[in-house]
Amino acid sequence: MRARYLVPTIYIIFLLLPIYWLLNMSFKTTNEILGGFTLWPHSFTFDNYKVILTNPSWYNGYIASIEYVVINTILSVAVALPAAYAFSRYRFLGDKHLFFWLLTNRMAPPAVFALPFYQLYSAVGLFDTPWAVALAHTLFNIPLAVWILEGFMSGVPKELDETAYVDGYSFWHFFIRIFMPTIAAGIGVACFFCFMFSWVELLLAKTLTSVAAKPIAALMTKTASTSGYELGLLAAAGSLTLIPGAVVIYFVRNYIAKGFALGRV
Amino acid sequence: MGGEVRKTVNQLGWLFVLPVVALVAFNAVIPLMTVVNYSFQESFGDNVFFWSGVRWFQEILNSSRFHEALLRQILFTAIVLAIEIPLGLAIALAMPRRGPWVSVCLVLMALPLLIPWNVVGAMWNIMALPEIGLLGKAINALGIPFNYTRQPVAAWFTVVLMDVWHWTSLVVLLCFAGLVSIPDAYYQAARIDAARPWAVFRYIQLPKLRYVLTIAILLRFMDSFMIYTEVVVLTGGGPGNSTTFLSIDLVKTALGQFDLGPAAAMSIIYFLIILLLSWLFYTLMTRNEAR
Repeated sequence: MRARYLVPTIYIIFLLLPIYWLLNMSFKTTNEILGGFTLWPHSFTFDNYKVILTNPSWYNGYIASIEYVVINTILSVAVALPAAYAFSRYRFLGDKHLFFWLLTNRMAPPAVFALPFYQLYSAVGLFDTPWAVALAHTLFNIPLAVWILEGFMSGVPKELDETAYVDGYSFWHFFIRIFMPTIAAGIGVACFFCFMFSWVELLLAKTLTSVAAKPIAALMTKTASTSGYELGLLAAAGSLTLIPGAVVIYFVRNYIAKGFALGRV
Repeated sequence: MGGEVRKTVNQLGWLFVLPVVALVAFNAVIPLMTVVNYSFQESFGDNVFFWSGVRWFQEILNSSRFHEALLRQILFTAIVLAIEIPLGLAIALAMPRRGPWVSVCLVLMALPLLIPWNVVGAMWNIMALPEIGLLGKAINALGIPFNYTRQPVAAWFTVVLMDVWHWTSLVVLLCFAGLVSIPDAYYQAARIDAARPWAVFRYIQLPKLRYVLTIAILLRFMDSFMIYTEVVVLTGGGPGNSTTFLSIDLVKTALGQFDLGPAAAMSIIYFLIILLLSWLFYTLMTRNEAR
């Protein structure tokens, strides 16, 4: 092992330390946590996890989170696909301005939208449903999906489209049966990013829900404030939110940078 | 919009983008109109509104509270950019380019990016607790008093460290992808010319990394300028107001005090600042692409 690999190794250790500490806390009893500083759980317990997995007010948070994340991902990518195709293949009136306008929504601070969203989604009767959060998250996920997909589609030569038309395929047949499989990796990456940003965003998700559709991560804040200082529960709930991310990341590990570069590396 | 594909003029393109425009307009235009509307009015409970002209804008632009939050925000963004960009670049340069370890590195490094933001805050909260946190205990053991709930400096240190932990990987991943895309022939040519490592970096790697670095800077600028959840969970904006950044101040005004007018005026100013700075980055980016 060469000396320069020390840099990434130290960096990864630095990344894993807080994660270890969170896991460490989640396996401790409340007494041990408050009792003092221990590097690993001396009285190892699964109780914190048991509470979360058996108490509906906890595990419903997971279900709510997954619900709006999935709705959001499907919705964002479905509408972004044709739009990205148009941006990558056609020139039309105002296309550049439209593209930049979409991009500005990625720059909008969620804090700016929190209050108007609360009023808007209350007015249309969607408040406290997964749909409200899913729709609100399309604000930044649709522009992102359009960007990523446009980047991937620009890499596909236009001859593919033209050959398909010459061969007598209809547009939709070509688009669904030939074009979409060609950019399957791009669709996967776009889905991943929509999933990711919907999963990690909390300000809007918290503002737009009260009881029924409260996301798991927001429930954690509640624990810290109402039922005393239950660090073990908090840590266990936090540890469980790491799992979906860790699972999906494995599938896109080779494309993740390309996604962040909006399909252009 | 870059691209190698030659485009044809086709106004039907509008039909393709219509669903996107409809959804984003619903989400962006209606709330923005609400905000603009509030920003010119005075509210008295029960939905009674009076026209108040540009008063809120004048008040916000002259309020020391806004100036301080803006200053803290700029300072925070500058610090994290100054740490994360060079650090991310250095780690990407030191990483192995191929072999089984690449995937392991990428997966482990991407992990912090997929943790819900308030869990990130909670994690560092637990990590930095002076009595039972690994970081807090370690610093105190060195003989330096450390308590992020009391000392502004400790709070800033923890917040910056958290952001470095959270987002440096993004820079690493982008730079790594840029480095991998450099063909081997370039390095072989450099070896024939007996180029020094610095020359290889300056004349081969850096030009290729320009595009990814621009994106990394743009993304890190935007996201650090909007930081909210992580800091609220970690410090709640305190001690005092020492870590109250723009978003935190805005949410306090809008949802905490329900001062709709000032909050709306502040939203617009805040958004315009980000828009202006991002537009600068965007034009720089597209100019590079055109070259």
